[in-house]
Amino acid sequence: MQSIISISGLTKTYASGLQALKTTSLEIGKGEIFALLGPNGAGKTTLISIICGIVTPTSGNVSVAGHDILRDYRASRAIIGLVPQELHTDMFETVWNTVGFSRGLFGRPRNPAHLEKVLRELSLWEKRNDKIMTLSGGMKRRVLIAKALAHEPEVLFLDEPTAGVDVELRRDMWALVRRLRADGVTIILTTHYIEEAEEMADRVGVISKGELILVEEKTRLMQKLGKKQMTLHLQEPMNAIPDALKDWKLVLKDKGNELEYNFDAREEGTGIPALLRRLAELGIGFKDLQTRQSSLEDIFVSLVHDRT
Amino acid sequence: MSTLARPSSFNRHGVLAIYRFELARFRRTLWQSLVTPVITTSLYFVVFGAAIGSRMSEFGGVTYAAFIVPGLIMLSLFTESLNNASFGIYLPRFTGTIYEVLSAPVSAFEIVLAYVGAAATKSVILGLVILGTASVFVPIHIAHPVWMLGFLLLTAATFCLFGFTIGVWAKGFEQLQFIPMLVITPLTFLGGAFYSIDMLPPAWRTVSLFNPIVYLISGFRWCFYETADVGVGASLAATLGFFVLCLGAVVWIFRTGYRLKT
Repeated sequence: MQSIISISGLTKTYASGLQALKTTSLEIGKGEIFALLGPNGAGKTTLISIICGIVTPTSGNVSVAGHDILRDYRASRAIIGLVPQELHTDMFETVWNTVGFSRGLFGRPRNPAHLEKVLRELSLWEKRNDKIMTLSGGMKRRVLIAKALAHEPEVLFLDEPTAGVDVELRRDMWALVRRLRADGVTIILTTHYIEEAEEMADRVGVISKGELILVEEKTRLMQKLGKKQMTLHLQEPMNAIPDALKDWKLVLKDKGNELEYNFDAREEGTGIPALLRRLAELGIGFKDLQTRQSSLEDIFVSLVHDRT
Repeated sequence: MSTLARPSSFNRHGVLAIYRFELARFRRTLWQSLVTPVITTSLYFVVFGAAIGSRMSEFGGVTYAAFIVPGLIMLSLFTESLNNASFGIYLPRFTGTIYEVLSAPVSAFEIVLAYVGAAATKSVILGLVILGTASVFVPIHIAHPVWMLGFLLLTAATFCLFGFTIGVWAKGFEQLQFIPMLVITPLTFLGGAFYSIDMLPPAWRTVSLFNPIVYLISGFRWCFYETADVGVGASLAATLGFFVLCLGAVVWIFRTGYRLKT
């Protein structure tokens, strides 16, 4: 994996004494979608803000496409687009002007064709001559995305992109993210909606209390930490688990009406076929059967919880 | 995507983007921006020029109405420069849109050049509009037009830099108004905008010499009528000194990231 962002030994302590980021090192690969997961105040925005140049790091190094973010800030910032968490917009400007402003600010010559493409993709083309203050919250969010894409960045940061966003925009946004990824754009998103990371990300970093506690490929993470569970709804309630079923980790639930089997998703042999055969031999019948795989959310909650 | 043109050592497009953005803000409020000073100037002429001026003696062959023109221009130049420049940088801080400028490949010098340049452009246009308005009321003779423009530009740039630091320092809209209203306006009125400090009793004249505004107005008036309260060299030195002071404050702001970055 060719790395586009290299972070080494990065820390941030604010003037108030708050240590927002403990020593952090991270490599983000070119063209990947990386999700930074963490509760509010975990340090996600601080990390992003340092890379983008809004917050000054206390120590450590960051380079973007080989350009140090402090020494060579022009080159590093020119290829970064940032969609901030808050809806910061120039209320009195039109959509078209504000997007053109962003492109110029990032050092690119005018290119109305590109701006039109971006605005159309975000369903903003019809609104291009409207003042931003007349737009809805969702539309303002789209404007911020359009601004971030105006200079054709190679790296896009989406800070809590779907906070307070309706289903339609969320769907459009994911379509856009996929299209950008197909074009080779690296995307780093922060979120505390785990389903977002689960749906979109190639890799997940979990950050808690300023510490990057885990970085893993999403699928491997879910395999590694994911628990699977099978629930059998019994025809006849059971008082105790028969000795003949001692080989499986079984728990009785719902006054003996449900038999729950927990197993590790990593294991090759789950033991389910054997369990079902044994149940048939013992004459234990069941009305229904459910299996459930723990989501990234369960994993995340258990990770963060274990630390506190 | 790979054929990205990297911005060279000077981000021309970035500076122009901010400059145009600021002038667009000015255009949106063109009516208030120009009408207010024109009306104010006209009122000053009605009150000081016509009503009081007719009872005043001439100043070295210059009528009182003509005498106050440079002072009036300077008064507006000070307050408008401070207001425009401080508001220009305070507004993005207040609304949060400053994030974009801070994350953009623009240097501190380019940011200041764009914001202060735009504010100074507005102030100079305004100064010239007031000069035009004044010339409707009194015949105006400009002895040193090049020096006059030079003083106008330098003063506008200085007060816009000053305004920029106020805009970075201010924590609220009240603080934004604090220095222009409570410091600059009184110093201007006491700085010989409407009179020659030679008219003051000797003790007050000496006190006035500690007012930096005296030097700015005096130098500017010299460009018109070649009469001055203090030597034009002292005026130029004071203006340049103030410019360097304000520039130093702005440099310090960006060195330390004061109230811009955390």
